[in-house]
Amino acid sequence: MILESPLLASAGLKPRLFFKWATLFTFVVAIFLSVAAIAGLRFGLMILIGLGFGATLEGFRFGFAGPWRAMITKRDPAGIWAQLLAIGMVAIFAIPLIENYSSEITGAAAPIGYAMVLGAFVFGAAMQVVLGCGSGTLVNAGSGNIVALIALPFFALGSFLGAYHLFWWTDLGVLPVQKLTGWGGVGITLAMICFVAMALWWKAEPQFRRIPKRLIFAALIVSFLALANLVVAGQPWGVVYGLGLWVAKGAHYSAIDLSGSIFWAAPASLERINASVLTDYTSLTNIGIVMGAFLVAFWRGGLSQPVPQLRIKAWVWAAIVGLLMGYASRLAFGCNVGAFFSGISTGSLHGWVWFIAAFIGSYVGILLRPRFGLDI
Amino acid sequence: MTRLIIASIAISLIGAFLIIDIMQVVPNPYNAPSMFSLGSGKAAAGGFCGSLPGKSTK
Repeated sequence: MILESPLLASAGLKPRLFFKWATLFTFVVAIFLSVAAIAGLRFGLMILIGLGFGATLEGFRFGFAGPWRAMITKRDPAGIWAQLLAIGMVAIFAIPLIENYSSEITGAAAPIGYAMVLGAFVFGAAMQVVLGCGSGTLVNAGSGNIVALIALPFFALGSFLGAYHLFWWTDLGVLPVQKLTGWGGVGITLAMICFVAMALWWKAEPQFRRIPKRLIFAALIVSFLALANLVVAGQPWGVVYGLGLWVAKGAHYSAIDLSGSIFWAAPASLERINASVLTDYTSLTNIGIVMGAFLVAFWRGGLSQPVPQLRIKAWVWAAIVGLLMGYASRLAFGCNVGAFFSGISTGSLHGWVWFIAAFIGSYVGILLRPRFGLDI
Repeated sequence: MTRLIIASIAISLIGAFLIIDIMQVVPNPYNAPSMFSLGSGKAAAGGFCGSLPGKSTK
């Protein structure tokens, strides 16, 4: 009888735990094989990377909005240190890789501009209102958070609209793209990361001047997955492009004319709208994040918790702020993932500007959240 | 209502979107690119948050 199997006992696994692991493993393999069989091995790997992101972010409580909030409200920098550790780990490998294999791999390079700074500021505020950043909203939706479920479709719509109007905003003025390249770029990036880490240490409450092992472990896994994303897809980890593309595809299938948008009418965009979503890298990692978070939440029994009752006001604000977050992230050339994490780790200076603007925005968002009825 | 219902709605919506998309465009695994972009000899062509298709950056 399986429940009394000496094999399981000798492996130190309780039957119930074994079956939970086996179920999780089976789901992951089934998802990978399905996507690989339908679209190709590279795309199967991308959904696997996305599942890894989702499982790590949910399983280790590794996030972006929460740690920024913890630093601002409690002067607890542990989560941001973990983010910086992951970014630094990726930068050591990614910046030289991009320089040496520029014909096959691209970084998250984007220009600094007025709209970019404004977008990052608004995104920083919005992510504190809904307590979920780009990746966080996906993770939260997958793990049963009702605010994230309301915000997510509006986030996607905002991303689509932000891209639709993007060139109007960039026409307000942008600088040429500034990139840190080669080993010099790695050195400057690591020096700036160390500077920020030390500034946070200086501002931190003494009892919070340490990083839990859980976050160090999570940072190492996230950095490995981000590098895998770069090597497999040839581009860094991103979130918001994929969400906007889903709405653009929906508009296209509904026969809505997108020719009024320079962005969506561009040949490169049309090619992606007309291709399967299973061949779009950011879509695949986004889907993987939601499913990975779902599997981990299910595995550890977190989905049996009751959902808090939201007032109508909170529903409306979650939708409005989700829309704003999506729109702003397109003006900012990415969210906490595409601009902050991938921008800095692949040497784009806009990532640093995004960090400063979004952090200032977070202060505003923390002040605004209680007014929107979302503190449940 | 538990979080399982909310999470299931999220997964179902994504599943429904994938089904609709596959009904519109069927991917061809035989035309898929090589497993890794690194070493493929081909330029990365995916969409990204920082990309500005249709116009060069000023």
